[in-house]
Amino acid sequence: MNDEIRMNRVTRFIETLNQAKELGLSVAEATKGSLTLCLPYSSRIIGNPDTGVIHGGAITTLMDTTSGSVILCALDEFELCPTLDLRVDYMRPAEPHKPVYARAETYKITRNIIFTRCEAFHKGGETIANCVGTFMRIGPDALPRAYRDLISGDAE
Amino acid sequence: MTEPEILRYTRETGDFSRMLQSIPYAAFIGLECDQFGDDLIFRLPKKEQNLGNPILPAIHGGVIGGFMEMSAALYLMMSQESMRMPRIVDFSLDYLRAGLNRETYAECQLTRQGNRVANVMISAWQKSRSQPIATARAHFLLED
Repeated sequence: MNDEIRMNRVTRFIETLNQAKELGLSVAEATKGSLTLCLPYSSRIIGNPDTGVIHGGAITTLMDTTSGSVILCALDEFELCPTLDLRVDYMRPAEPHKPVYARAETYKITRNIIFTRCEAFHKGGETIANCVGTFMRIGPDALPRAYRDLISGDAE
Repeated sequence: MTEPEILRYTRETGDFSRMLQSIPYAAFIGLECDQFGDDLIFRLPKKEQNLGNPILPAIHGGVIGGFMEMSAALYLMMSQESMRMPRIVDFSLDYLRAGLNRETYAECQLTRQGNRVANVMISAWQKSRSQPIATARAHFLLED
């Protein structure tokens, strides 16, 4: 599997997630075991009206989505892995009017569990948040064939 | 209305609508809050835009996290004298069950409050309070 296939898979996958579409998430980079997604700034997701800083919840969603989707870049076959736990450390508030990027990697894959870490940042800037997650593998067969084919690009 | 006025109004009336309208992210996910005596119950009504997994379908895990995080911040604001939105330091979330496409509830508990940091536990459920879909723990910075 090359990076173009990975990018297409992740793009198709996040397009099926209503909330990711609502936030306008897009794929910036996909390589083996690593993925970067982009969250555009929007006044709709401000958490502090005084400062215009977006809410941590939108960052959490960005990081959860990136950590969950990097699995598509690590496994040959598409598996949807539910999140077991997610720990987010906020280093500094995101700056208003700038897109936020999140880069995730899988750092350990076992038969049952996938461990991920993820960093949110502005381009050329310092870390906004760090996140570690664990995801449970329920196997490719837990998903309907049609959905797997759609994400894998075998639907055509 | 300025922010302190909104907070005062919310404290006096138990009507959260003005406060929630002033926070775009709360409106974005559709968060609501009801007061019963001293207790606050946060609600996240069913909303198609909040879904993640399209197969079940289930609410996006990040939205559940954002809902719990926002609930904890509001809860803390209401229990504090401070008029400012507390700053979150870290957030640790355990997903216990799939959050299905239906109304979700959350309640918070102030586990420990020091001078500078507060620790809040959050529990979210759908069908029954005794079967949470997620539990979380958050630290907030209180100092200005």
